[in-house]
Amino acid sequence: MAKANGTFRIGTGAGFSADRLDPAVDLAKRGQLHVMVLECLGERTVAFAHRDRMVDPRRGYNALLERRMRALLPACRASGTVIITNMGAANPRAAAECTRDVARTLGISGLKIACIEGDDVTKFVQPDQPFMDEPGTLADIGRPVVGMNAYLGADAIMPALEAGADVVIGGRLADPSMYLAPLMRHYGWQNSELAKLGAGTLVGHLMECGMQITGGYFADPGIKDVPDLADCGYPIAEVSADGSAVITKLPETGGRVNEATVKEQLLYEVHDPASYLTPDVTADFSRVAVKNLGEDRVRVEGAAGRARPEKLKVTVGFDAGVLAEAGISYAGPAAGERGRLAAGIVEARLKKIHRISSPIRIDLIGAGSLFATAGKTRTDSEDVRLHVALRTTEREQADLMLWEVESLLCCGPAGGGGYRGVITPAVETKSVLIDRGLVKPTFEILVT
Amino acid sequence: MTNRGRNQRLFVRDIAHARAGDKGNTSNVNIWVYDPEDFELLKRSVTPERIKREFPRLVRGTVTRYVIEHLHGLNLVMGEALEGGVNASLNLDSHGKSWSYLILGLTLDTGEKSLQG
Repeated sequence: MAKANGTFRIGTGAGFSADRLDPAVDLAKRGQLHVMVLECLGERTVAFAHRDRMVDPRRGYNALLERRMRALLPACRASGTVIITNMGAANPRAAAECTRDVARTLGISGLKIACIEGDDVTKFVQPDQPFMDEPGTLADIGRPVVGMNAYLGADAIMPALEAGADVVIGGRLADPSMYLAPLMRHYGWQNSELAKLGAGTLVGHLMECGMQITGGYFADPGIKDVPDLADCGYPIAEVSADGSAVITKLPETGGRVNEATVKEQLLYEVHDPASYLTPDVTADFSRVAVKNLGEDRVRVEGAAGRARPEKLKVTVGFDAGVLAEAGISYAGPAAGERGRLAAGIVEARLKKIHRISSPIRIDLIGAGSLFATAGKTRTDSEDVRLHVALRTTEREQADLMLWEVESLLCCGPAGGGGYRGVITPAVETKSVLIDRGLVKPTFEILVT
Repeated sequence: MTNRGRNQRLFVRDIAHARAGDKGNTSNVNIWVYDPEDFELLKRSVTPERIKREFPRLVRGTVTRYVIEHLHGLNLVMGEALEGGVNASLNLDSHGKSWSYLILGLTLDTGEKSLQG
């Protein structure tokens, strides 16, 4: 397919593990994309994926992989769009095999699926390894390690692209590197061209959260209105050879791209705007120009770059037991008073009678919860919900907490209803640094 | 743009928009004025000292403020501000995604108090 206007077109088809699928199919069909990136891995997601893999060696990749591939492969095949994704999580090989099987089922032959491995660095990291950004070492956690993944950069992705891969699947591929790698390959950018690496990293950073730049996570009714969020479009970056780019979206989709949506994303999860660290470059976003071109088109340019960090960041995941949450609601006159009475009862039961010493938090939703710690003035409503949260490595304590909240149905204040309780596995993650020389990414291509 | 008149503006939300992000136990909130003329008012109203003063139990670490002069924005980086971070926090919002509205809910330092007082 002919690609529009001479630029290199990259789209985002998922900005996190649970992101929408139907707008990605629309983008694959109409976007005239060279590349579609599916960014589906966070620090915690990869730790949970390791846990899945421990239970079943065939799992450990993104649970939505099969559905996403089934929906996207036909359109991407038709338009010659390369898919790059970190949905492999803790098991890129199984993810590649799953993708191969999906492609075969769809009757797509000759599809090249690259599987990138080598981010699992468990065998290189010692317990005395100090944390990257806080005092202490891995051994201080005192809990089982579930996985360790180094962030792989564009240099791990490039060989797969050069080998002609149609789909590139990795685990802990750094988010912006999935955008930078195809740009480096297409435009022939060298590792020494730091400003271009910074520019490509800016594109990746802006795009990696999907709709967060096209009007998602932005609307504030009456002040920042966004049209048709139920049909919001995923973003497209039209990138020029010098690294400058226009951020836009498909026509006839909901959402909005303007200077405000771009600026909010520019510094999302960024600390020093002049030092955004990736495996590829130390990117400098501090002098980026953001210019509205109208009609959901915004030009970004002026990112710079300095030498890449010497070491690679590694996310270490630990088993952290469970997070238990339980709630019950009170409505009508004096709902807040009854909710506070319930809170006191639960606290007394858990701490004094059951002697639970694990951290417990009790909130009254509707009368101060999210901002309770911030000390915001409590506002009472006639509809409050007691919310009890407990982290523990002892499952019995979690069960006990749920039981105590449920018992309020008969033993608590008047009129309590709507009990729900849920126990979910918890992980803890820490960051350490590793020598680049120890991390040797490899790739293998599976062909249908 | 805000629907309040210029002289009725009370809160940061009346002149600016913001987004929060998390990394470990550090929260960052970027804040941008709608009208460049309000940038000085924003800078005066949202200072590291004020954040520490307003939220002493929540923001326990150092607050660093980066000023992006040409785009009329601030980036607040707040250490030890996420109750241990997403892995440890027992807050319903364990990422601190809503912290942007903590900042937007601050009153503006319009200087009126000192005139009255």
